[in-house]
Amino acid sequence: MADNTVKTPMLDELEKGKWPSFVKEIKMAAKKSPMAQDLLGQLEQSYNEKIGHWKHGGIVGVMGYGGGVIGRYSDLPDKFPNVSHFHTIRINHPSGWFYTSKALRTLCDIWERHGSGLTNMHGSTGDIIFLGTSTPHLEPIFSELTKEGFDLGGSGSDVRTPSCCVGPARCEWACYDTLALTYDLTMSFQDELHRPAFPYKYKFKMSGCPNDCVASIARSDMSIIGTWRDSIQVNKDAVLEYASKGMNIQKDIVENCPAKCMEWDGKELHIENSYCRRCMHCINIMPKALRPGKDRGATVLIGAKAPIIEGALLSSVLFPFIKIEPPYKQIKDVVAKIWDVWSEEGKNRERIGEFIQRVGLGNFLEAIEVEPVAEMVAHPRENPYVFYEEYFEEDEGEEEEK
Amino acid sequence: MAKTAEEIADVIFNMVKEATGLKKLKATDLTKAVIELHPDVDKQLCKDAIKILMNSGRCVYTYFGGSYIELPHRESAAND
Ligand code: SF4
Ligand code: SF4
Repeated sequence: MADNTVKTPMLDELEKGKWPSFVKEIKMAAKKSPMAQDLLGQLEQSYNEKIGHWKHGGIVGVMGYGGGVIGRYSDLPDKFPNVSHFHTIRINHPSGWFYTSKALRTLCDIWERHGSGLTNMHGSTGDIIFLGTSTPHLEPIFSELTKEGFDLGGSGSDVRTPSCCVGPARCEWACYDTLALTYDLTMSFQDELHRPAFPYKYKFKMSGCPNDCVASIARSDMSIIGTWRDSIQVNKDAVLEYASKGMNIQKDIVENCPAKCMEWDGKELHIENSYCRRCMHCINIMPKALRPGKDRGATVLIGAKAPIIEGALLSSVLFPFIKIEPPYKQIKDVVAKIWDVWSEEGKNRERIGEFIQRVGLGNFLEAIEVEPVAEMVAHPRENPYVFYEEYFEEDEGEEEEK
Repeated sequence: MAKTAEEIADVIFNMVKEATGLKKLKATDLTKAVIELHPDVDKQLCKDAIKILMNSGRCVYTYFGGSYIELPHRESAAND
């Protein structure tokens, strides 16, 4: 074990300032975890040499599963034997990240028994992340976790752990039950989550309203974002109250509406709902006066990703509005078709957004049997969503008649 | 006669074994190859067969930029 009084002048720099420091946390863990002590030693060496000392392990996991464990080995195992193995475990978090303190204690106790004690709550996909354990501990951790009702999350070319905003549990803007849909998709796609069978990862993220607190539009292959299709609910008295308390409704709300579909005459707020883009701006500014409409559901979008092979993509509209109600048949049916086409034709490491760009939205829609609609146009004159075949056929027919 | 998941598991196992050291195969590669060989077999049966191989430990999932199906082995990055 590395000497726990080892000097870490480079890492100490990262403890300075007002913000939380991962170095401080690792040092705290190092008081009782030999793994955390060696982690400090290896990190200090990496900062000095400007070289990472981790090797990727591609084969560790638990029996039967192809996801949930990310293998890491130190390339300095003689110097830092306690981090010779330093695998990461992803654990499926509860929808909306709601825990009892007992559940958190249970997780931490398991982790202190079998790993470094260091956690990341939560990883960018949403999972609970346990940082640093060795291969012999993987099966015991898995068995203790499952006994307590937890399971591993996704990694590799599979469905990644679905995640959602807190939705109706805490937020009045939720246009559908994000927690229920997330739980249902997680349970329905257990096989796809644990047994990688796709060209690459597939992420679902559920946001209850267009505020999109889980940034699903930027971070998920399928973004399901709550919206409404009737009119914004307006409490006229509450609007007047905001105005009387000094809110500049013209400047702060009307002039910032991206659709320019609002009018304010000093007494009444008029919204032309057919032009409203459901951006939530006005509702966020006057929460007591405005609410989403009553006919609620979600917009389903597809294809967001961070840059890897191609640049970053935001997801674009697949269904402008659908009702989100159990058993969520419309979503599951289209997902099955998407996975079929993508698994058949997708290239290795090609995300669904990149696949759509390669084959063209028109061909993709045809393959998944979804009719094109105007809302799918991300940029006017860009999306090749119009099918010309029928016009060509007509022309050819006309020529023959001549 | 219709094939069982166990029989398809053996077919897949042999494909993986033959490809060892030459090519890493993904679940989709194996499914396509099985269906080409046995057109009456569907994707679900291939899925069940892969599950059998994984649950018995005859094959393992590996990750090298993407997820593959391989025979269990000691990887070169591993420390003892
Ligand atoms: S996305 Fe909307 S519903 Fe969900 S927490 Fe944020 S504001 Fe609330
Ligand atoms: S939700 Fe957005 S687009 Fe609609 S009226 Fe309010 S500010 Fe305008």
